[in-house]
Amino acid sequence: MRNARPVLAVLAVLLGIWYAACIPMNIQEVLTTAARAGAVVIPETAPERLATSRFVLVAENLDHIGASWSVDRARLPSPEQVLGELWKGIFDQPVTSKRSLVYHGMITLQATLAGLALGLVVGVGLAMAIVYFRVMDLSVMPWAVISQTIPIVALAPMIVVLSNSLGLGERLGIENRLVSKAIIAAYLSFFPVLVGMIKGLRSPDAMQLDLMRTWNATGLQEFSRLRLPASLPFLFASLKVAVAASLVGAIVGELPTGAIEGLGARMLVASQFGQPLLMWASLFAAAIAAGGLILVVGLLQRFVDNRLGVRS
Amino acid sequence: MTAILAAIAFWLAAWATNVALSRSRMGAARTLTPAIFGAAILVLWEGIVRGLGVPEVILPPPSVVAVTFIERRDILWTDFVQTILKGAVTGYIMGCGAALVTAVLIDRSPFLTRGLLPVGNFLAALPIVGVAPIMVMWFGFGWQSKAAVVFAMVFFPVLVNAVAGLQASEPMQRDLMRTYGAGYWTTLGRLRIPAAMPFVFNGLKIATTLAVIGAIVAEFFGSPTRGMGFRISTAVGSLALPMVWAQIVVAALSGTAFYGIVVWVESRITFWHPSQRRRA
Repeated sequence: MRNARPVLAVLAVLLGIWYAACIPMNIQEVLTTAARAGAVVIPETAPERLATSRFVLVAENLDHIGASWSVDRARLPSPEQVLGELWKGIFDQPVTSKRSLVYHGMITLQATLAGLALGLVVGVGLAMAIVYFRVMDLSVMPWAVISQTIPIVALAPMIVVLSNSLGLGERLGIENRLVSKAIIAAYLSFFPVLVGMIKGLRSPDAMQLDLMRTWNATGLQEFSRLRLPASLPFLFASLKVAVAASLVGAIVGELPTGAIEGLGARMLVASQFGQPLLMWASLFAAAIAAGGLILVVGLLQRFVDNRLGVRS
Repeated sequence: MTAILAAIAFWLAAWATNVALSRSRMGAARTLTPAIFGAAILVLWEGIVRGLGVPEVILPPPSVVAVTFIERRDILWTDFVQTILKGAVTGYIMGCGAALVTAVLIDRSPFLTRGLLPVGNFLAALPIVGVAPIMVMWFGFGWQSKAAVVFAMVFFPVLVNAVAGLQASEPMQRDLMRTYGAGYWTTLGRLRIPAAMPFVFNGLKIATTLAVIGAIVAEFFGSPTRGMGFRISTAVGSLALPMVWAQIVVAALSGTAFYGIVVWVESRITFWHPSQRRRA
């Protein structure tokens, strides 16, 4: 808790910057509204105002800046406006409503978790193959690194086309859109798991491996009693990264795939229909989801550590 | 059918070669094995697509993609300039530069550092791509909005790594600088910034991938009639899949090259670090 005060101070500074930035960002809209209401604004006509710098406008119309934090369709909505919209999206609707952020969040979360599960299986499987077979290490590992420098969004539409034409969704009995989003999320999340698991599975030192051999342990026992438990701390550290990456994948996967549901789709809709508040609210909903997921992984880690008798 | 069998035969032969290579102690195995593996995948892809007669609108064979890549290189080049050079690289340089300057400024105050590290770590884990629609609204459809998205995406990972790096020098080393009579700036320039470099490059490497992703994603929210994201979404719409795959090739090549350049610079600057020593 030593860090609580500095963290709060930094958050307060960020909030202050946000409030301050609202003034120049929204000054055009504020002055337009004020001029329509008949107030005196300098300069008087809209084209002149457009040509003037935002900061000059602020300096010349100091008595109007009070309206900066409550503009409709603001370029930069104020924190309480965003909070209000977030509240409206989360608590003021039934969870099943298409306007509820919880509803869209659940859809994105579903893809995130499906992608994470897939990424875990691929990552752990590849890590085991790489640790046990030198040929896999030599031939697959460089490509795993290169795969992460390929921007997945470029591949996203292709993944949709492929999974649709293969009918992956129908065969597995789930929605096609979920399949493509989950694959994209898995593509981003398998790599941290892979790197962490390779490190973890290789972490037992020669002494410990020798001890297992003196006990006449089979390869399977060596894996399940020594290598796997030893790799758990590494796995949880990379899971925190993987969960965040998976969420990014699920959101990005909604953009070019023509999704109409989910937080990413909500952002796209809000941007096309000019609803900045909804954009910000979806962004914050995504941030809350990311924070929540990382928290869950942390709790899970504590639970597993307790069961295994790890002393913190 | 013969095409599939030939491809599978090639795959098996390549795999056998790789197994043999991995057993030998040849120095070239480290570069040869992944190259053979990549080639085998391409041949397998080509063979299966041709052998099963998969239509081009689902999955074009690599040879068709290669032909498209060569024939449409003028379009690919315009898109590359728009998205990678103007959007990603500009945003990357500005974002990383701003993050490094901020790190040095913040580092002077231990209070701010302690507060900023957790906040920055948290922000770095958030789906910042989400700011793309907001940036497009603020900066218009041109490359400026893409650079702004890239800026927002790379800022926190680089900042967090740089701040952590500036604290990496040991108290003993800092004491030694003080006995030499070095002031704050000399210590910063001669000891702490060099000591921070491995951390900084860690952040810079993560940021290269983010930069390319950010620049392409931002184009889905609005772009002029060029750019890789724009071309991908329109080409998918008109089922011109070889074009999409050619764009993917460009994205993969530029992503890898971008990463490679940063790794190369890192090896020149942090040549003293243990991780850069040549493997015996």
